[in-house]
Amino acid sequence: MRLARAPLTAKLGLIIILFYILVALFGPFLAPHKQSDVVGSVWQPISKEFPLGTDNVGRDILSRMIYGTRTTLFIAFIATCLSFSWGILTGFFAAVSGGWIDQILSRWVDLLMAFPTLIFALVVLSIVPINMTTLILVMAILDSTRVFRIARALAADTVVMDFVEAARLRGEGTLWIIFREILPNTLTPLVAEYGLRFSFAVLFLSSLSFLGLGVQPPAADWGGMVRDNSLGITFGIAASLIPAAALAILTVSVNFVVDWLLDQTSSLRNQ
Amino acid sequence: MSTYLIRLVLQRFALGLITLFAISILIFLSAEILPGDVAQTILGQSATPENLANLRTQLGLDKPPLQRYVNWLGGVLQGDFGTALTNRQPVAKLIGTRFGNTLFLAFVSAIIAVPLAILLGLLAVRFRDKWPDKLISALTLTTISLPEFFVGYVLILVFAIKLRWFPSLSTVSSTMDLGDRLWVIVLPCATLTFVVLAHMMRMTRAAIIGVMSSPYIEMAQLKGVSPFNIIFRHALPNAISPIINVVVVNLAYLIVGVVVVEVIFVYPGMGQLFVDNVSKRDLPVVQACGLIFATVFIGLNMLADILSILSNPKLRFPK
Amino acid sequence: MAEHLLTVKDLEIKAKVHRPGEKPFDVTLVDKVSFQLKKGKVLGLIGESGAGKSTIGLATLAYGRFGCTITGGQIILHDNNVLSYEGEALREHRGGRVSYVAQSAAAAFNPAHKLDEQITEVAINKGAMSRSEAVAYAKLLYKKLGLPNPDRFGRRYPHQVSGGQLQRAMTAMALASKPDLIVFDEPTTALDVTTQIDVLAAIKEAIHEFNTAALYISHDLAVVGQVADDIMVLRHGKMVEYGTTEQILYKPQQDYTKQLVAVRSVYKEEKPRTKEEPLLRLEKVTASYDGKVNVVQDLSIELEAGHTLAVVGESGSGKSTAARIIMGLLPPLQGKIYFEGKELTPRLKERDKEIKRKIRMIYQMPDVALNPRHTVRDTIGRPLTFFFGLQGKEREHRVVELLDQIEMGADYLNRFPAELSGGQKQRVCIARALASNPELVICDEVTSALDPLVADGILKLLMRLQEETKVAYLFITHDIATVRAISDSIAVMYQGKLVEVGQKSKILSPPHPAYTELLLSSVPEMRMGWLEEAISNRKMAAAGN
Repeated sequence: MRLARAPLTAKLGLIIILFYILVALFGPFLAPHKQSDVVGSVWQPISKEFPLGTDNVGRDILSRMIYGTRTTLFIAFIATCLSFSWGILTGFFAAVSGGWIDQILSRWVDLLMAFPTLIFALVVLSIVPINMTTLILVMAILDSTRVFRIARALAADTVVMDFVEAARLRGEGTLWIIFREILPNTLTPLVAEYGLRFSFAVLFLSSLSFLGLGVQPPAADWGGMVRDNSLGITFGIAASLIPAAALAILTVSVNFVVDWLLDQTSSLRNQ
Repeated sequence: MSTYLIRLVLQRFALGLITLFAISILIFLSAEILPGDVAQTILGQSATPENLANLRTQLGLDKPPLQRYVNWLGGVLQGDFGTALTNRQPVAKLIGTRFGNTLFLAFVSAIIAVPLAILLGLLAVRFRDKWPDKLISALTLTTISLPEFFVGYVLILVFAIKLRWFPSLSTVSSTMDLGDRLWVIVLPCATLTFVVLAHMMRMTRAAIIGVMSSPYIEMAQLKGVSPFNIIFRHALPNAISPIINVVVVNLAYLIVGVVVVEVIFVYPGMGQLFVDNVSKRDLPVVQACGLIFATVFIGLNMLADILSILSNPKLRFPK
Repeated sequence: MAEHLLTVKDLEIKAKVHRPGEKPFDVTLVDKVSFQLKKGKVLGLIGESGAGKSTIGLATLAYGRFGCTITGGQIILHDNNVLSYEGEALREHRGGRVSYVAQSAAAAFNPAHKLDEQITEVAINKGAMSRSEAVAYAKLLYKKLGLPNPDRFGRRYPHQVSGGQLQRAMTAMALASKPDLIVFDEPTTALDVTTQIDVLAAIKEAIHEFNTAALYISHDLAVVGQVADDIMVLRHGKMVEYGTTEQILYKPQQDYTKQLVAVRSVYKEEKPRTKEEPLLRLEKVTASYDGKVNVVQDLSIELEAGHTLAVVGESGSGKSTAARIIMGLLPPLQGKIYFEGKELTPRLKERDKEIKRKIRMIYQMPDVALNPRHTVRDTIGRPLTFFFGLQGKEREHRVVELLDQIEMGADYLNRFPAELSGGQKQRVCIARALASNPELVICDEVTSALDPLVADGILKLLMRLQEETKVAYLFITHDIATVRAISDSIAVMYQGKLVEVGQKSKILSPPHPAYTELLLSSVPEMRMGWLEEAISNRKMAAAGN
């Protein structure tokens, strides 16, 4: 897997992702204003003072975008990390153990996945209070079912290989088999999957916020900003397209990188 | 049809019912994890112990959970979803025409998106690794995860505000005829189509390529079969089952997409109702909407599995 | 009309190789190969994997697999240049004048259509026959090829028919359009020997009956010797030797051909039985995967320390299951296993480490038996650390010692499996098994995925290591030649049951039980006329009964 020989799209994608990460990390130092400060009149056009204009209550869109990036990426990152650790652990465990453990875990995941994620999330969010913790937990739990499936399938493909049986016959423990025999052979597709799940998490969180059920005001996040400014569209004001475009650019970039990673694995497997 | 096949189909059908049953329990139980209960949520801070107790009796909250579940499910099976907390109307009445509206929107989108995606998928396979394939692949890779609201608002801005071709709000009423209805849902339909198209097309392409690379296709080429017959006689019968799967998986995406698209275009469907009542925390409405969405979703998946069982010659004609 | 039906001249075929992170480069698959073929004659193309034989066969249909292009030479059929065909003419050529029989009939038949539809497709499409004529002709072919119930056979779907029948059905499909030339690409390789002999006889008879020319591609010289008039030996895409079957089998000129004819250079004298307690003893072992069908039934075998027991049988005989039972992967329903005189716990999990150290296993496919992400050092070193706690220099020293034993050496320490040849991978597997100084190594078809000469090297190595370390082998195989070469005693299995067991000299000399007789007489021999002899013997035996 050599970066230098990666296609242009993948390189571009990586640079953009890096840019987002930097913005998210150093947001408070970069933003000219506080995220909830009203600094001008409503929906001012692009100007020197407000490089991206102002929003529906007169806040600086650039500042809110920077803070929004931070909030959105942070929640999505934590949720994906949680769903990944949990999903991989249970998925690998199910594949390696087999038998009734596998059956119970798989049927449980089947049940959760028999339900569209957004619908499930909406039902749950109608009951629990909506805050950062519950959002992260809901997203992580729902997403971990997808990770479980992928991890289990990857591990199940590897587990039937004779080299895993050879390790078993030698008397190696479950941890050795998971971490030394299976994990190295599934790493690249899992990294690709992480990218994909992360971009889904960003998308999902933004959708929730857009519906008013995600990050709560006055904190800024992409989906919420689209919602706040959506009325402007009818007057031909594109303020709500800025966060939507930021989101679109990020997910497209992630997809470019993931596509390249998956290409690498498939060509490795065909050899 | 063999008895073996009938048994397989019935098994799958039973599995669908069991899943639905389990989902109904999950949805019901979700209300039980509330700190306090529904009565407290309704009355809020002003609750006195007396009117709390009254309301509990009125809502049947004094009965044990199992009994309440049985009552709820029994009602649902007869079309009675209970009473909304906020406006005291029967939930069934609230859902009423909205469910029809949602189905209409999803159905029209599916009718456009499914054939278009399969056609594009076939086109990409036909010109595999040539420019049409590369163009389609690059475009779909770019559009594959654009959020619905991005697509939706761009379409509104361009086609409703700047060009003034279509309405930006999709208001429908019972007095409108089919033509008018179709007219107002052009933009939401386009949004939904756009969102599922890329995914469906890529999956179709992968499914067909999977079939095209199997040894029996090579054999057909070595037998001098024409390209037309290779695709329609040799590949398609085997690709039907994976394609059905692709279509259904994406119809499921569509169901989720519908919720957001209805909010963007202020379309009077069930998705809007659902979202509104989640923010109002009106539990009976939320539960009803969740259950209906889940039923459609599970039903679709079951249909896909049954169709793919029926299209498999190994199951149709066992040894 | 020219004297020859098919003339191939200076054929050159190249393939583009794409590796991630490297520039695509060309590899020559077939290098200046020429031959001629008359009507009604059969040319055998023989060689190891990568010899280019299938590529040549497909080239006569003007077809190149993924990224292969014919870059030079001529293929002339009936005075027409095959390589100039395009569009309609090409389709007319494929299936019409040249047809193809693939190695795996199960994969090459379309699962969605009945056999009749697929077999008559070409004749009907090309307008050579009407539907009813084509079906009638197909029935005639089924009959000629000895397929059961010819009138109804074609109404079935491919998955409803056995492997041997499917292979014959594919031959019928090739014959159905009355072609001038048929390319047989390893048509019997995937079959059991006792099935292979019937399919082989059917193919040979059909070729003569319909007087077509044929290219017969195989890695097995003994098989090709039965059907071919001429033989071409290929290696790495180049011609090694080309002559009549008689000349190749009896007077080979090139060293490589001589090696192929000699088959096995290994032979081990049988060690006599001693009165000592055997190392391994199975007593009336019965096992099942689903609790309904017994895959192994009442199996009783013994293996002495330092000896080799060959367990031989065809697919479904339960021989590999026997290995799984001994390893503790499949606990038996009934019966007992004794190791070093003590009863062995049936489950792997309940066995102590010392038992796991003493019983090791080597697999059929070295490709999947080695973790692709572990270096040779990791792979061989792990059992040393695991069983003996060896670390650092000590461990390194022992790994190199083992590498020397398998004739590979320290250069290979840092290599990954992808950087090794098939034979080298199998050697690493052997070193990994021997690293724990085992008493018993179970070898499950360890040579069947390898080319004959490579397999020969592996057997030699195993024999030498047995002499040096006094390890006992339980050798599971379907290959009688291997059994002859390496065993002290033999157990013959059929459908889960033991047919007979005993010393090699006793099992391999007559009189035999019926199944052993069938098995032994089905193994192709490296001489002309063997097939006819075997078939007529069989007919006589059948008439006698």
